Amino acid sequence: MAKAMETICIMCPMGCPITVTETDGVFSVKGNSCKRGEVYGIGEFTAPVRTVTALVRTKNGGVASVKTSSPVPKDMIFDILDGLKKITAPKNSRIGDVLVKNVLGTGSDIVVTGGN
Amino acid sequence: MYFNVAVIGGGPAGMAAALAAEKKGCSVVVFERDKRLGGILNQCIHNGFGLHYFKEELTGPEYAARFAERVKNAPGITVYDEAMVLSVTPERTVTALSPYAGLITVEAGATVLAMGCRERTAGAIALTGTRPVGIYTAGTAQRLINVDGYSVGKEAVILGSGDIGLIMARRMTFEGVRVKLVLELMPYSSGLKRNIVQCLDDFEIPILYGHTITRVEGAERLRRIYYAEVGEDIRPKPETEKYVDCDTLLLSVGLIPENDLINGIGIKMNPLTSGAVADEYRQTSVPGIFAAGNVLHVHDLVDNVSAEAELAGSAAADYAKGVLSHGEACAVKVGAGVRYTVPQTVYRGTGKVDVYFRTDGVYKNKTLKAESGGETVFSKHRLILTPGEMERIEIDKSKLKDSLTLRLE
Repeated sequence: MAKAMETICIMCPMGCPITVTETDGVFSVKGNSCKRGEVYGIGEFTAPVRTVTALVRTKNGGVASVKTSSPVPKDMIFDILDGLKKITAPKNSRIGDVLVKNVLGTGSDIVVTGGN
Repeated sequence: MYFNVAVIGGGPAGMAAALAAEKKGCSVVVFERDKRLGGILNQCIHNGFGLHYFKEELTGPEYAARFAERVKNAPGITVYDEAMVLSVTPERTVTALSPYAGLITVEAGATVLAMGCRERTAGAIALTGTRPVGIYTAGTAQRLINVDGYSVGKEAVILGSGDIGLIMARRMTFEGVRVKLVLELMPYSSGLKRNIVQCLDDFEIPILYGHTITRVEGAERLRRIYYAEVGEDIRPKPETEKYVDCDTLLLSVGLIPENDLINGIGIKMNPLTSGAVADEYRQTSVPGIFAAGNVLHVHDLVDNVSAEAELAGSAAADYAKGVLSHGEACAVKVGAGVRYTVPQTVYRGTGKVDVYFRTDGVYKNKTLKAESGGETVFSKHRLILTPGEMERIEIDKSKLKDSLTLRLE
């Protein structure tokens, strides 16, 4: 059975509207103007990932900014955000400090990017 | 006090300019009005910065921290934080006020303006209705949330789809705010496609193009906004008016270089950029006063700000030492399809010079041409050119005649 997804390619300002279709394990991308659009479309269709940037509370009531050290599966963004609500950044945490290792088994760490 | 170079503003432009001047052996002073260096980068906690400059993807605070660390370790740079510059004279006397150092007066061999830009406000777009709590510029909301740790509201609408507005749609969603609608006056967004996809589409936030707010309602707190489709004359069509209930409205309706400080000191301004007219070295029409970053023209990439400010800081150092020299001037002119260029003057000589420009609309399949003295000195075919993405071309300075014209064919 064929499955399809419509999206906009973000590889360049052209922003081609693309349609990705899977038929029996074979992918086809339509609407793209170049090869990069095909690669992007198949990636978004099969395993979309995003780098999550957010805040965690600090011990003194302020906020510190954090990021995932690498892109994580898109459908795990809100699970990660929920987890961040439960942790507190220690005093004097610095850019680069790892707050959570291998967050929710994604292989990505929660790293401090600024704040305090 | 005398410094070779005085830099006004400690954001990305100011830090890069100061470092470049110090590298040339100058004594440098930086005035920053906030508590720390970094400027607006400190509140931009999303990633996507530094791909050109550092060849890796960083968040705003990380990008800022790399420069701040270098500034801290540069023995020739003095930083006054929480110091508000009150005036700059054409003779480069800079006066600033700080709660710790009091009134500071500095004579400088050269000055670099790096004050950045401000957001257009509800007043600037003549937003009609009441004046309740809950209406913020996107950048103000960004600071309140990301730096100060506050919540801005529960249900939001965003007017304008520039990148800051789009980024804030995702940011508020992450903080538990329900972003109900984004309204864009124009038939297209000036924001990056990446932000449309990853900040709106990912979270199924609707965007209406060709729509604007007609009025806001609410006694103390914002309660409701009314919006309507606009006609070809960009005026709202009353019969299409609808409303949406919300307690928060973010405005992402444009940025303006913050040049109030230099009003009336004789610096020639460019009405198209709202910044100073500048030459290849980012020197303004007042000798010894340079400008770089968003105070000169609003950039879309901080990487370009850093590069421009290094150029300005380095040239300011040369000016202060009396060694800034150049060949004959060549005016840069705009032709078909080009809205503005920076710089507006380049010089004949050896080597290359980068000319940055924006187009006046979206163009597909065009050839970008630069001509000087009737000859083509640059030509390149482009699949797409949009006003939201600043373009750069490299010109061979030995090929320059009396003027250089950029146009699309």
